[in-house]
Amino acid sequence: MKPKGDRVLTGTQFLDGDQACCEGALAAGANFAAGYPISPSTEIVERFASRIPAVGGVFLQMEDELAASIAIVGATWGGAKAFTVTSGPGFSLMMEHIGYASMTETPCVFVDVQRGGPSTGLPTLPGQADMMQARWGSHGDYEIIALSPNSPQECFDLAIDAFNLAEQYRTPVMFMMDESVGHMTEKVVIPPANEIKVLPRRYTRLPPVEYRPFRPSPEGIPEMVKAGEGYRFHMTGLTHDERGYPAMDWQVQDKLVRRLVGKIRDHAADIVRCEEKHTFDAEIVVVAYGITSRVALKAVEMAREEGIRAGLLRPVVVWPFPEKRIRELAGRMKSLVVVEMNYGQLFYEVERAAGGRVPTSLVSHGGGAVHEPETILAEIRRAAQ
Amino acid sequence: MNSTEIRIAGFGGQGVILAGMILGRAASIYDGKYVTLTQSFGPEARGSACSVQLIVSQQPVLYPYLTRADILVVMSQEAHERFAAGLMPDGVLLYEEDLVRVNGTAHAGKAFGIPATHLAEELGRKLILNAVMVGFTTGITGVTSPKAARNAIRDLVPPGTDALNLAAFDKGLEFGLNRYGSAIQTQQATVPEEASSMTFRANGSKHDS
Amino acid sequence: MSEAIGVQPVNPVEPFLRTERMPHIWCPGCGIGTTVNCFARALVSSKLPLDKVAVVSGIGCTGRVAGYVRLDSFHTTHGRAIPFATGLKLANPELTVVVYSGDGDLIAIGGNHFIHAARRNADIKVICVNNFIYGMTGGQVAPTTPTAALATTTPYGAFERPFNLPFLAESSGAVYVARWTAYHVRHIAHSMSEAFKKKGLCFIEIIAPCPTLYQRRNHFGDGLEAMRYYKQKSVVRNGANTRDVQIDLQGEIVVGKFVDIERPTLKQAMDLQLRQKLDLPPSNGGGSHELD
Repeated sequence: MKPKGDRVLTGTQFLDGDQACCEGALAAGANFAAGYPISPSTEIVERFASRIPAVGGVFLQMEDELAASIAIVGATWGGAKAFTVTSGPGFSLMMEHIGYASMTETPCVFVDVQRGGPSTGLPTLPGQADMMQARWGSHGDYEIIALSPNSPQECFDLAIDAFNLAEQYRTPVMFMMDESVGHMTEKVVIPPANEIKVLPRRYTRLPPVEYRPFRPSPEGIPEMVKAGEGYRFHMTGLTHDERGYPAMDWQVQDKLVRRLVGKIRDHAADIVRCEEKHTFDAEIVVVAYGITSRVALKAVEMAREEGIRAGLLRPVVVWPFPEKRIRELAGRMKSLVVVEMNYGQLFYEVERAAGGRVPTSLVSHGGGAVHEPETILAEIRRAAQ
Repeated sequence: MNSTEIRIAGFGGQGVILAGMILGRAASIYDGKYVTLTQSFGPEARGSACSVQLIVSQQPVLYPYLTRADILVVMSQEAHERFAAGLMPDGVLLYEEDLVRVNGTAHAGKAFGIPATHLAEELGRKLILNAVMVGFTTGITGVTSPKAARNAIRDLVPPGTDALNLAAFDKGLEFGLNRYGSAIQTQQATVPEEASSMTFRANGSKHDS
Repeated sequence: MSEAIGVQPVNPVEPFLRTERMPHIWCPGCGIGTTVNCFARALVSSKLPLDKVAVVSGIGCTGRVAGYVRLDSFHTTHGRAIPFATGLKLANPELTVVVYSGDGDLIAIGGNHFIHAARRNADIKVICVNNFIYGMTGGQVAPTTPTAALATTTPYGAFERPFNLPFLAESSGAVYVARWTAYHVRHIAHSMSEAFKKKGLCFIEIIAPCPTLYQRRNHFGDGLEAMRYYKQKSVVRNGANTRDVQIDLQGEIVVGKFVDIERPTLKQAMDLQLRQKLDLPPSNGGGSHELD
């Protein structure tokens, strides 16, 4: 058998979101993935396992999600561009290593194809109830970056962005898909490799005696090294100084964690990304992300046909949250309507950002199916009165 | 109405998903339509029933799931029992006539049968009945152009089986035109305008059967 | 005894240590430092290029080893040193990857990873310092605690059967299995050098005293007393059937090299399988592809 395929599958493809996510990871240069089978995410690593030998790299199915989520951290320090893929219960098991990757500033990507929960929940049906878990799931304080694609095309495009953001900020990035987006098949246009912007890892050029693995650049982000290059560096999940050495005191803790939080919080304006439809003249703005944003847009268009000036704001990057934009909109809106497949997660962020300037309501859904556009329309109508 | 909702259903092993992928890829990549394809997953998808859904539209598909089918293609009795009620009153039913007994008269005027398994066997491989059904669906509904469907078949079938699958496609297409040729004009007037126009698209990809 | 903890005027292992991090956190009489000493000696004698040696530890007293050795060193999460090491090694196959951790970390919380790494024969050297107790957290029962031994969470004596680690390692697929006590410093260093040279998952169990929490609570005396006990009660039986090397409370300790076999490593098996099925250029690992 001849190995098939180039790293970048340039051309017009007809792919589901899971497959497109895998292609995005490959296009971004991912050469290591570890995973544990779990619906509805497994197709991503199945495709990776099939594609990677020909283009150079490794896939290993691990014994559980704990193993998968730290194998990628190990692989990253070995020089790989690595990611893992999971859903629901597996995402819960990975929480510790999201914290570990944050603390050790390991650039890597965690893909969560959200399904209905809690617990085993609805393994093959959509949910969006892991959004706060993506933000806060590991113990301790940290900031995270999370993206939310709403189509197979975006599963490709944003997967590349996820890897680039991981490198840029030396941080784990959450790729928050949902079953609906993961399992729907649509046209995906993959550009030529030379048109895809891939951010290389920023390895230090300093000699070992001068290098400190956790000494920040002016932007707050340290340069990387990998094992085997003579740096003889140390890294730990313990609170550590710039050398990576444990230091059990509050001053070091404050300096470190303040920087970990700050390196993302202070660059929020660069990271935040929203898509807006009809917001220029809207009096009702619907806030939705992932698959829900598509259904919400349908409802917005239905409302417009009825003469209601509705618009849509979709956080493409969910964390950091686009609070500034929400605050601006809240100043001139009649009402904000949040639509998400949970019983209120980003809703509270929207409410907080709106700061009481405007009524904010939630159209919740427990998952297992997407919202009916009519349900959203009904709330838009109510809000418009 | 500028979108057509299609469901293809049968039992495992009939190539239902591949049939959907061929139509979806054809309409999306080669006809330039917006297409969203969904399928059932999980334990229920591994049993005997199997279905794939497509929304083919002139505009981006926002709501990705079928509300009611404009076109229902069934290859098993069970699929017919399960999904016939979800077909629009003026929708089109396409069925494998040796495997499905169409009961009721609801779709009498818009029900089109084909002995797809038998036709596939004539070509030497029962397994290619899905390609026969794709040809039949293309001919009757015009949801995709034959040229686009042929391209998609070449893309998707296992290497070395192109010719066989294309022959099966042509057989299904011709069967439809031969048996229902006169009815198709009526039919294509009644299926949503969108689907109909796809057969005779103005962008140069003529009906090349 | 003098052999075990002998202190020379200039310690030849100093170049291998992050001396700026001294003093270390280990208690007087603890056996972990002794094993690190052996590790440094093994590194010298095996002449490994030190820039290509990485140490991965989990959490616990032994987990702190990574922080003290002047090598690329990774202090990971509790129980997960082995899967970290598996990823590290696959991404960068030219490294010699040593997992250095304790019994609780490797065998309780990390037990699943241990058996799977042995099964797949990941090319990592697992050094397990077994002190029969959770030291860092204050003396709780471990999956290695001998039946009837006292621990803070078994105040009336442990009632579970402990793991026989060499047997567990061998039956899971490890290609090299040895056990020594902290008394057997030359043997430890020798086994470590052998493991460094060998491909595949090598497992070295080192029985070591925890005077503060295990010895004292069980009235086994101090660290020195422990050495005396190891000397008296250990029996060198190279090639012993690992089935027969279970450790009892104050019973005989069978030590030696029990297993030394050849089997394709994870990476070799992966490459072989892929090359059989695909027309691939030789050596197609993640680490061989530069990212920048």
